Amino acid sequence: MINTLVQGVLLGGYYALIAAGLSFMFSVMRIINLAHGSLAVLAAYALLVLAQNFGISPFLGLLVVLPAMAALGFLLQRFVLDRALRAGPLVPILATFGLSIVIDNLLFEAFGANTRSLANAIGTLSYSSIALPGNIYVGVLAVGTFAVAVLVLGGLQLFLSFTAYGRAIRATSEDPDTAGLVGIDARLATAIASAIALATVGLAGAALGMRATFDAYAGGSQLLFAFEAAVIGGAGSVWGTLLGGIVLALAQTLGAKVSPLGFLIAGHGVFLVVLFVRIWLAGGVTPLLRRRT
Amino acid sequence: MSTIAVRHLDLHHGLLQAARDVSFEVADGEVVALVGANGAGKTTLLRAIAGAHRPSAGNILLDGRDITQVAAHRRVGMGVALVPEGRRLFAQMTVEENLLLGRMAGRPGPWTVDKVIEAFPNLAARRQARAGTLSGGEQQAAAIGRALMSNPAVLLLDEVSLGLSPIAVDRLYGSLQQLMRSGTTIVLVEQDLGRVMQVADRAICMLEGRIVLEGATSSLSREKVTEAYFGVGDRVPA
Repeated sequence: MINTLVQGVLLGGYYALIAAGLSFMFSVMRIINLAHGSLAVLAAYALLVLAQNFGISPFLGLLVVLPAMAALGFLLQRFVLDRALRAGPLVPILATFGLSIVIDNLLFEAFGANTRSLANAIGTLSYSSIALPGNIYVGVLAVGTFAVAVLVLGGLQLFLSFTAYGRAIRATSEDPDTAGLVGIDARLATAIASAIALATVGLAGAALGMRATFDAYAGGSQLLFAFEAAVIGGAGSVWGTLLGGIVLALAQTLGAKVSPLGFLIAGHGVFLVVLFVRIWLAGGVTPLLRRRT
Repeated sequence: MSTIAVRHLDLHHGLLQAARDVSFEVADGEVVALVGANGAGKTTLLRAIAGAHRPSAGNILLDGRDITQVAAHRRVGMGVALVPEGRRLFAQMTVEENLLLGRMAGRPGPWTVDKVIEAFPNLAARRQARAGTLSGGEQQAAAIGRALMSNPAVLLLDEVSLGLSPIAVDRLYGSLQQLMRSGTTIVLVEQDLGRVMQVADRAICMLEGRIVLEGATSSLSREKVTEAYFGVGDRVPA
């Protein structure tokens, strides 16, 4: 039982890592990025290409992929999200949904239907484990992923609270018009926020590729888990996202203990219960969406 | 130390025209008040000078340089700061964070968070409080402080006394007096005519988007301004 809980918490770290960028983008840009999962898979393929064709370890590969993802985030904001937002709050959802289809199919075109993994490229790390008292074994990779999730979420929190650009991003998310009047380039601030969000997506893609297999269409399920973790944790709150990931993963691992089918069902069940309780507490869907975090 | 000039400015809100062929100049270190009834176009005019409202025709000049096409955030860097109507503080952020945002434009100058709090002592105890929890007077002080943090050469004040108690207004103008004497160029919108006569060097009276009366406050009588304000005098535009 304790083993299940420990494994659940560690899996929650992975969910928190994939949810971090989604939740960050939603809280500071008011955008739900439906291409989030596909972008993570894109990053995983980029690391795979670097590892297979150039023999670069995925950890070193991140030095290339993370800046590339950040640059992609900057351009995504400038040329897609910024324009889409001006057309109304729902248009970015459609735009990113379209983008996810484009990415998925480009990846399918380029890499085919085979499932891939980065596990081969990271040696023993993919299966080595640490023994804990009580005959519990935890994967080094799972512990590492959890630690990275805590660092990413904590780093985002510190960045938003204590740096000039963090303050500028928060001010822009609250009132872009007034942000301009105090001397903030609102477009630049949101583009930087988008770049940061996509850099965390790059990390999530690396974690996905190392711990499991992926294929061109794996983005959808990653998006779903990220979305569920973000909603359970109260979208927009940094530590809530970690908690949301852990709750989702615990529900899944406990569900899997009951029945092999229980993994996904219990996860979706917890998500729906939390969602409906939130709607009920807020007094309807509209006030829930309107409430600022 | 700067001058502002507005030349033949037309401003629109959709189909509604907020200003028609407005021209005036503000000299270096001068305090000019815009007066007029609600809807006369004063706020839109200030927002246009600050860069938050794009004119449909005409030019805005800062020290003789045309800044009509310059974005609002870049104008702050050039020394034009607006204290917007309704304060518009970032409610989720603390007073100190709001003030620090004024530094984003990166204009060098004397203002620091400590100096602002010295100028507005009512903020001292609220430094770490969220701006949304402040009283009206404290919010207005924080909004002016935020604008000062960008070390403006031209300060635009939009109805800073709106919604404040008479005591809070007195205190606010007491703090502003020093600033007005320090040589900063100021354009302010104020509904209290007595206050305008007291603090401004010159008054510009607007009616339905046009300037109908303009002159040194020492030469203008209250009656004349009131006539222009309501458009009942002999200078009513056709």
